[in-house]
Amino acid sequence: MRIIFRPRGHGTYVEEEKLIASVAGAVERVNKLVCVRALKTRYNGEVGDIVVGRITEVQQKRWKVETNSRLDSVLLLSSMNLPGGELRRRSAEDELAMRDYLQEGDLISAEVQSVFSDGAVSLHTRSLKYGKLGQGVLVQVSPSLVKRQKTHFHDLPCGASVILGNNGFIWIYPTPEQKDEEAGGFTTNLEPVPLSDREVISRLRNCIVALVTQNLMLFDTSILYCYEASLSHQIKDILKPEVMEEIVLETRQRLLDLEG
Amino acid sequence: AKTFTLLQSEAVFWNGKDLEDLRVDGRGCEDYRCAEVETDVVSNTSGSARVKLGHTDILVGVKAEMGTPKLEKPDEGYLEFFVDCSANATPEFEGRGGEELGTEIANTLYRVFSSESSVDLKSLCINPREHCWVLYVDVLLLECGGNLFDAISIAVKAALFNTRIPKVRVLEDEEGSKEIELSDDPYDCIRLNVDDVPCIVTLSKIGYRHVVDATLQEEACSLASLLISVTSKGALTSMKKVGKGSLDPESIFEMMEMGKRVGKSLHIALQKILDEEESLGTSRQKVGFLG
Repeated sequence: MRIIFRPRGHGTYVEEEKLIASVAGAVERVNKLVCVRALKTRYNGEVGDIVVGRITEVQQKRWKVETNSRLDSVLLLSSMNLPGGELRRRSAEDELAMRDYLQEGDLISAEVQSVFSDGAVSLHTRSLKYGKLGQGVLVQVSPSLVKRQKTHFHDLPCGASVILGNNGFIWIYPTPEQKDEEAGGFTTNLEPVPLSDREVISRLRNCIVALVTQNLMLFDTSILYCYEASLSHQIKDILKPEVMEEIVLETRQRLLDLEG
Repeated sequence: AKTFTLLQSEAVFWNGKDLEDLRVDGRGCEDYRCAEVETDVVSNTSGSARVKLGHTDILVGVKAEMGTPKLEKPDEGYLEFFVDCSANATPEFEGRGGEELGTEIANTLYRVFSSESSVDLKSLCINPREHCWVLYVDVLLLECGGNLFDAISIAVKAALFNTRIPKVRVLEDEEGSKEIELSDDPYDCIRLNVDDVPCIVTLSKIGYRHVVDATLQEEACSLASLLISVTSKGALTSMKKVGKGSLDPESIFEMMEMGKRVGKSLHIALQKILDEEESLGTSRQKVGFLG
């Protein structure tokens, strides 16, 4: 197709009169707009996304959160749940006690409240299901591999729960026994987790790594199928290249059977 | 190295008290990650090897050059180690950031190879007091994924195994001046005996357990580690403690025993791969950097 004049957006270049995208990925077309969603990319926040982030800085009235995006995300003190779910104006004492709530290195689950004009994301934890995360394992993947779903908090039947952050941070943790604790709470349970639960979590973690290496989308069904396919192998063997291919092939097959 | 802040409860989950032999990725305390070893990857060296241990990627090149023997050891050649922490590995190595780590690793390698039995240095001598072979071992860190020392020592051993030193003859004429003649055949060379070359095994103390081959996250949780160099026969050639935490003398003894065990099986596995590669000879398909 001969191009005479075409306005071009970011990430494209012209070679031999053809317009070429400089990133590889999935193509999305909306009328005359052609977008390429890159496979390996930083997280671009959208309002309503669930993210898992790590606190990097404690500043005045806000925390800086690392969410694998171009700029650090922000969690304002006013967007954070107070323990006990109180609703009140944040006072100067709350400001001074910020470090007691969240410190550098803590992991939180939150929702994107808004996006600033420069692309930085503002988070909020204004629900009891968000808040500081306790014992568990974090897996970092590319954001493009996390499928957008209605809910990102899953309690898998194999005995663990998983939070699929849209920013590519996946948090695997033992399913809490009591469901109606103040989950947005700040007291973390440091009791040792039983071996059986830890085995499930290790296996899930390896399955997720296997799915990611083979570029399969991550959602609760794919993770579950992969887990079931991996049961015939030892946990540490899942990361061997041959075993990974085998397991993911089986998962792909089952997913195709599910669709068609 | 890289600072890695972890949630306290994450650290407890992985490495708290009374935890059995299960790590995050399902490995036991004495298991290594999947390792890939390939030799002869750099064409203009006398020997080279590349080792990928999980996310840690090391490239070692050995160049044999002629030099003068050291004064205190006139009938031996010697090894020189240089470690370059590439800025590709982590952003902290940008500019001169990686120098400190590089010097530390080089000094550790000198210590490990300081034992007389590691490499037969007398075979590197050409003319006592005048000429000898100097092996310049260059280590390049391509990616840092935890457990650098082990990966580097494996790569160094593989590279030394792969090293081919040209055969030389010393000709003396009537006036007494010596001439060194290089053999015409490029395949006419001597190989080093690497049977006694030690490998480093790093044992990190995490909580109440000792683990081998720690990942970056595990290293962040570990306060103290013991680096021991073990030969294939299980002999210890050097030991070094790193980290700001302290180690109990009993733990040290346990770690040493574990290290010897793990080291012996590491040598067996490595030798098997090297022998397999050797047996394929020139028909071996090289993966190199594009595979």
